[in-house]
Amino acid sequence: MITYEWLYWLAGAFFAVWAILSLRDQRSGNAAFWGILSGSFFLGSHLSDLANGILVLALVGIAGLGGLNRSDPATTTLQERETLSSKLGSKLFFPALIVPVTAVAGTLLYNYTPLSETGLFEARRETLILFGIGVVIALVAAMVWLKPPVLAPAEEGRRLIDSIGWAAILPQMLAALGAVFALAGVGDIIGGLAGSAIPEGSVFLTVVVFALGMALFTMIMGNAFAAFPVMAAAIGIPLLVETYGGNPAVIGAVGMLAGFCGTLLTPMAANFNIVPAALLELKDQNAVIRQQVGTAVPLWVCNVVIVYVGAFLLWN
Amino acid sequence: MNYWPLLGIALVVIGFALRFNPLLVVVTAAVATGLLAGFDFVAVVEALGKAFNDNRYISVTWIILPVIGLLERHGLQQRARALIESVRGATMGKLLTIYLLFRQITAALGMKDIGGHPQAVRPLVAPMAEAAAEKSHGKLDEGDREKVLAMSAATDNVGLFFGEDIFFAIASILLIQGVFESSGYPLTPLELSVWAIPTAICAFFIHSWRIRALDRRLGRVRP
Repeated sequence: MITYEWLYWLAGAFFAVWAILSLRDQRSGNAAFWGILSGSFFLGSHLSDLANGILVLALVGIAGLGGLNRSDPATTTLQERETLSSKLGSKLFFPALIVPVTAVAGTLLYNYTPLSETGLFEARRETLILFGIGVVIALVAAMVWLKPPVLAPAEEGRRLIDSIGWAAILPQMLAALGAVFALAGVGDIIGGLAGSAIPEGSVFLTVVVFALGMALFTMIMGNAFAAFPVMAAAIGIPLLVETYGGNPAVIGAVGMLAGFCGTLLTPMAANFNIVPAALLELKDQNAVIRQQVGTAVPLWVCNVVIVYVGAFLLWN
Repeated sequence: MNYWPLLGIALVVIGFALRFNPLLVVVTAAVATGLLAGFDFVAVVEALGKAFNDNRYISVTWIILPVIGLLERHGLQQRARALIESVRGATMGKLLTIYLLFRQITAALGMKDIGGHPQAVRPLVAPMAEAAAEKSHGKLDEGDREKVLAMSAATDNVGLFFGEDIFFAIASILLIQGVFESSGYPLTPLELSVWAIPTAICAFFIHSWRIRALDRRLGRVRP
């Protein structure tokens, strides 16, 4: 059976190659950072929690001391790219499409045919595993077709991962912060505070506090999934559903979407807001968030109205 | 109740605002929160290590970079730009609105892996949007160029977030269902996912209006 462990080895191998190439390029900070991350992928499942924690501290130490720098491996010039682009034409899009097509078509094929009974993939992990398989296929196809120097994909990958830098592991680090917050009971404290902030007797204001709590708590955690159980238990279910008799399906579904508006507004949602700014090489780390404010705020207001109208006015 | 762990949140906000290295901010906040809740240092490092290890799947997606880098080396971004330049009447407004709709619809059908920042926005959508904007407004200055690229990334996010919940077999719908079921309110995923539709429609109108507004603003001649 193919499990996540296989993917971790694959990713570990990629990070190891980037570490070795960084070392050859005399960028010891980058080499240490990608090397330790590679170690985490290869050995993480066999190390103690404390050892994994020390790896985390080492990664943060290197990044915090400014040990990670952009690299600039040899690549084609803008001029050469223009020439190649017109020579190769729109066929260039095909290798890029192999990955999503493999992930999506593979998932559908696996789940809706008897293939799922073969137990080839670890349960509920098939999409990401198929993503990994898609990457390997696309890489082989592009190598065979374009015949670049053997090290070219590794060096091009290093150029991109170094331009992302520490932001590459920020989403994973924030997930770890979420786990520590949960352990420390931060969710229950916030739920209690939000519950005590409710004005007496007004359905509409209760809806507003619920939606605001979802958005703000999501901004803190970077993830509506952490906010939802807390806000539902503090306000959504006891007050909106049980005291005021609202429609639970609307309160649940749209409450979550009010949280998604918060996701658009926070650097804590790193993989949506900070990583793309790094990927697009923007100067302002918060440029993506700035473009999202004008959408998120009015959309949050829409969500309040939808909950109020859908769960109360139409339902009763 | 012990409110001290909330100081960890304050540390995160202050750290991000003062632009310290985010990894450093996050780990400092985690350690502070754990200590304030009464755990010892080793226990906090262990919790951090376990959670980091359990969430490795999040960082696996970077294995796409060699493919994207290799194609960029052979002119993928230039190809994306050329394609837009060859389409008559292509504007940034139209292009990003179509991408928004495409992203919402495919996400609503459960195909949330079509699109995304490393595999679609950087190599294709952002260069296409930039090319379209330059086609209608001429060469962009650095500030406007950043706005166009950032809006491309924002469009991917909005499309994904406010499309995916219409698909009933998605993690967030299952989470809502689980939370309500454990409180004695059994709901079907379909009951929940239809209620994602009104917000999806609002998201489309609000965000496409903002895309067009940015396109119009780029065209305005500055003094």
